[in-house]
Amino acid sequence: MSKSVIETPPKGGFSFDLCKRNEMLSKKGVNPPSFRKTGTTIVGLIFQDGVILGADTRATEGPIVCDKNCEKIHYMAPNIYCCGAGTAADTEAVTAIVILLCLCSDMVSSQLQLHRYHTGRESRVVTALTLLKRHLFNYQGYVSAALVLGGVDVTGPHLHTIYPHGSTDTLPFATMGSGSLAAMAVFESKYREGLTVSSPIPFFWSLIFLFQRNEGIELVTEAICSGIFNDLGSGSNVDICVITKGGKEYLRNHLQPNPRTYTSSKGYSFPKKTEVLLTKIIPLKEKVEIIEGGDAMEE
Amino acid sequence: MPKEQANWSPYDNNGGSCVAVAGADYCVIAADTRMSTGYNILTRDYSKICKLADKCVMASSGFQADVKALQKHLAARHLIYQHQHNKQMSCPAMAQLLSNTLYYKRFFPYYSFNVLGGLDNEGKGCVFTYDAVGSYEKVGYSSQGSGSTLIMPFLDNQLKSPSPLLLPAQDAVTPLAEAEAIDLVKTVFASASERDIYTGDKLEIVVINADGIRREYMDLRKD
Repeated sequence: MSKSVIETPPKGGFSFDLCKRNEMLSKKGVNPPSFRKTGTTIVGLIFQDGVILGADTRATEGPIVCDKNCEKIHYMAPNIYCCGAGTAADTEAVTAIVILLCLCSDMVSSQLQLHRYHTGRESRVVTALTLLKRHLFNYQGYVSAALVLGGVDVTGPHLHTIYPHGSTDTLPFATMGSGSLAAMAVFESKYREGLTVSSPIPFFWSLIFLFQRNEGIELVTEAICSGIFNDLGSGSNVDICVITKGGKEYLRNHLQPNPRTYTSSKGYSFPKKTEVLLTKIIPLKEKVEIIEGGDAMEE
Repeated sequence: MPKEQANWSPYDNNGGSCVAVAGADYCVIAADTRMSTGYNILTRDYSKICKLADKCVMASSGFQADVKALQKHLAARHLIYQHQHNKQMSCPAMAQLLSNTLYYKRFFPYYSFNVLGGLDNEGKGCVFTYDAVGSYEKVGYSSQGSGSTLIMPFLDNQLKSPSPLLLPAQDAVTPLAEAEAIDLVKTVFASASERDIYTGDKLEIVVINADGIRREYMDLRKD
């Protein structure tokens, strides 16, 4: 039988080459290695002028903290950011895809610029939402990413949550991840419509705006802290991203509530190297006969 | 066909780390005070260290319900010993009793990982380290529990001990002074709580020397 199949160049996307093999292995009792799950607290809330997103900065691998200060608030577009929970690699992969389609990023910036030039408009939050949910639904929950998507566009501020299977919610305040219950407890007891800016007096407007925006940041910070301290999967610092009509403010490590607790005054040294027990060089050439150009090895 | 297997486990893991260091005339036993299950903290202030005799304390991680039962059993056995012999049990004797107690439940074990520390009959520091079914060894230092994989290599590096196979038997106690040992224990726990999610909140340090038993506390990360 002749091989008539012409090899086509790879089309991109995920490779499923090893699925059959993995299925066979797991049937025989070989467990696949676990993913790097980020037990996480991610939150978001809406106030009239925009959206505030928050996240902790701990990434865990089972019971071990593998990154004490990772970034969980990802860039989507200049006016849209997204918090990710779930398998860390997947969150980044999904974000990368939306960056690819949504606008402005390093790898495919030219295409993105083209898209932007093509539309001539700022991207909308629903566009990002649709792209994300389409991707997640396409993989039937196997891309285990749970997201909080927030942004401000021509239609105003928006906040959405996206579940691994691709279903979405539209909410005034939202939490996700293993610390979602701890964070939601804070939101449910303290969130109110009053976090919006609605002063009729223009003179005080900026002053009140500043105050009330800070009120929003404080509430988000408190919710994240609740997750950090009460959920073992969450920890370290608080990241905040405030998106308003005018622009955004990314407050990386807005709060660092967990400094190192103890450092020895004298410090430690690690002087003991691998001990050298014997130094003796045996030249192998004298012991082995080398035949140049011998027969090829047979089985 | 009705279900024939239990679909629940009689065991849980409540996490936490324990460390003990023996010196020439002292013994330092330390454990964090966090008790947790899954991703939840049950309490931030639970002592894992139990005084078994005047010069003998035990620190245990694992399943704290089993640990409690084990502690009560040992306390009862020690009371009987006192009535029969009119003295406190020595630390090596308690070490053997603990081993026997654990092995007695070989096929439904106490899910507890213990380190026993104290002073022997000569007043020298001694540490005994166990597995869940009673295999034990006299060592110069040891760590058990969720953070032990992070702590033990550091202790090995700082307190290299002679091989237990050497003849004649070498002294296993560490060369550190008492204050240095406490400093080392504080450091290993501060480091373990940085990377182990089940270790944190507070560190309880028990120091046993000729003067008696002394307790110290230090704050750890609370996240």
